[in-house]
Amino acid sequence: MQAFWQWFAWLHERTGINLTIFYDAFDRHRFIDGFWMTVELSVVCVLLSLVIGVLGAWLQGSKLRLLRTVVHWYIQFFRNTPPLVQLYFFYFGIGALLRVPGPNGIAQPLVSNVAWAILSLSFYAGAFNVEIFRAGIEAVPRATVEAAESLGYGRLAAYMHVILPLAFRISLPALNNNLVNLVKTTTLAYAISVPEMLWVSSQIWSDEVNVPEMMNVLLICYVGLVGVLVLVMNRWERALRVPGFGITARGMA
Amino acid sequence: MVTSGDKPIVSISDVHKSFGSVEVLKGVSMDVRKGEVVCIIGPSGSGKSTLLRCINGLVPIDKGAIRVAAYEVHKLMKDKELLALRREVAMVFQQYNLFPHKTALQNVMMAPIHVLKEDKKEVETRARALMVKVRLADKVDAYPGELSGGQQQRVAIARGLAMRPEIMLFDEVTAALDPETVKEVLVTIREVAEEGMTCILVTHEMGFAREVADHVYFTDHGVIVEHGPPAEFFAHAREARTREFLSQIL
Amino acid sequence: MSRDGQGIRAAVARGSDLPVLLPAAGRLARSAAEERAFGLPALRLTPGHGVVILLLFLLATGAAEAETAPLHASVIMTLLKWTPLLLKGFAFNIAISFFAMAIGTAAGTGLGLAQISLLPPVRRTASFAMHFFRNAPWLVVLFYCMFLLPFQVRIFGVEVPLPDWIKATFGLGLPVMANVAEIVRGAVQSIPSGQWESANSLAFSRRQTIWMIILPQCVKRMLPPWMNLYAILAMSTVLASVVGVSEVMTLTGDVLAAENRSELLLPFYSYILVWFFLYCYPIARWTVSLERRFSVNI
Repeated sequence: MQAFWQWFAWLHERTGINLTIFYDAFDRHRFIDGFWMTVELSVVCVLLSLVIGVLGAWLQGSKLRLLRTVVHWYIQFFRNTPPLVQLYFFYFGIGALLRVPGPNGIAQPLVSNVAWAILSLSFYAGAFNVEIFRAGIEAVPRATVEAAESLGYGRLAAYMHVILPLAFRISLPALNNNLVNLVKTTTLAYAISVPEMLWVSSQIWSDEVNVPEMMNVLLICYVGLVGVLVLVMNRWERALRVPGFGITARGMA
Repeated sequence: MVTSGDKPIVSISDVHKSFGSVEVLKGVSMDVRKGEVVCIIGPSGSGKSTLLRCINGLVPIDKGAIRVAAYEVHKLMKDKELLALRREVAMVFQQYNLFPHKTALQNVMMAPIHVLKEDKKEVETRARALMVKVRLADKVDAYPGELSGGQQQRVAIARGLAMRPEIMLFDEVTAALDPETVKEVLVTIREVAEEGMTCILVTHEMGFAREVADHVYFTDHGVIVEHGPPAEFFAHAREARTREFLSQIL
Repeated sequence: MSRDGQGIRAAVARGSDLPVLLPAAGRLARSAAEERAFGLPALRLTPGHGVVILLLFLLATGAAEAETAPLHASVIMTLLKWTPLLLKGFAFNIAISFFAMAIGTAAGTGLGLAQISLLPPVRRTASFAMHFFRNAPWLVVLFYCMFLLPFQVRIFGVEVPLPDWIKATFGLGLPVMANVAEIVRGAVQSIPSGQWESANSLAFSRRQTIWMIILPQCVKRMLPPWMNLYAILAMSTVLASVVGVSEVMTLTGDVLAAENRSELLLPFYSYILVWFFLYCYPIARWTVSLERRFSVNI
């Protein structure tokens, strides 16, 4: 392993291509931490946005008009404004208000920037998920619910075993688009100094003055990450496709 | 209705064509003389439409030879050579395939102007005359979406004629039409045939074939089962398969 | 009428649209497929959004006005004072969006057509480039261009400076290119094969077929997603503030720092939001009306 890392030091000496993240342990750890922060942001935001999606879809079916209106405006706000503006709104707008006095008298933010990034991005992706899940549930016909109930399923059991699995399969392509988009959007956390891959890389290239190298590494890492996600999601989508239903994304080709 | 000339203008010999593992044509041969009207009939999936597409090089063949006028179709590889062939062979499709963003007249004029590089004025005169001929003089400025199926098909025939081809190919041109509009299209085709145009038709209209054709071919499972002049063919089919098909359809 | 018949027949032949699922399923599948082709969620602005943004602005300004210390200039006056500068910044946003769209459309059309090329290497390279730029986050591509493009280039011996906003234009133009490429490819493939066949049999060359027969028919299908892409791009120009281009967000930040009055934060940002809404709303509405018109006609 050591030889492998040293090869990059040799590469630097011979060609000037300075990939410190390989031969310099400090930079390597910084970069790996950044990579994991991106993965962590993505995973946590995906999960949270799914929860928000289910919750929102459920609230949209509520009898209370006020709840439905709130969900409606939530979707409208997060769908139609740039996620960067949302992030600033949370971090600078609300974050500035939520402060507690620290030990040395200086006001400390109550919520960390990482938490704000997670909240903001989850709400952003969640808004799309609400609409997707709602449409997915609406797509399951009443007759299917009745069929389940006539087989002796209770209301909850019908939901768990028939409606939700079906709705999920119908929703998956749209969900897939949204999650891929979310992972790409995590880069915005850079703007509020969350130490994710982009931010960490910018730290490294300002310390080591190796902008082109880090830029290429960064681009490859992101394209690779998103590419793997797209591949996995497409596989999953194909595996879960309801036979005889759905238009293939590629059209008729 | 007279067969003239000795050398066939279209000569197909032992043509084979497969799509993947499905063999669509298994050694088809036929000759068509200048001015002759040939009808190809047969059950769907018997390779009729593919055969027609081989004649103007839309579908390349695997084995055999096709000669159209001076062109050895099976040897044409380059796009340029194929384009030269297609100027001589016009085709009318089941689904009309008019260009929906152009008016009827523009549809007729487009290819002569852009492909044959002919003078625009001259082409327009000819195109208007053709529109009169197919009885659509009042529809010259209509878009395909505003025309009925039968009208679209007649525009498509005019579009083919505007190229002044040697041969016209008709691929089940009435199959997508309402019964009441089939007749108007058949009348137009008959007029074209009567003027001496060499026509090859794939059709399900047996009455029309009997009336207009000089020669009828029956294909099934990628081979020509039998052929002959219509009077003989329809009255005394030799093969059992032909008789069975005719009894189902007539 | 026969056209509907064709559609239904084609749908049956493809085995899609299982009748036991409600139309919502088809709608969802269709929008997902469109979104995938297009790579971005559709923007749907309504007058309601405008009202809310305006209310937010008025409320924020009113509240700030009440908070203003006696010696300070009023909030409205401060806003007006800085408006010319901010408008200049906004003009940068519009310019960036315009040029990025122009570059992206020209390059994207080429890339889209390269993906239907008859030469496999061209096709594969184009498809790779398209996927690459679609998978790369916009911000990363923006960084890439900001840092790696030189500050000036030599063209025919003349030194042409490349200011920040031009670099940002390229940075945003590349992802736009990838999206346009997919819009073009999708539209071309949605044209029935009969159009290719009939053009072929009329001896049109491939180039003539594409430019005279196929692309003109694609325009209708491409226009709505293309305009939606533009509206999203216009909003995304604020990303340029992250890399330090003096566009409207950056300038607003500078102004707020100079004024150093915390009560101005919300009035200023909501003021900018109003501008963006006023700019994007007509585009979004027009897109929807075009979509509706074309979905009836096609």
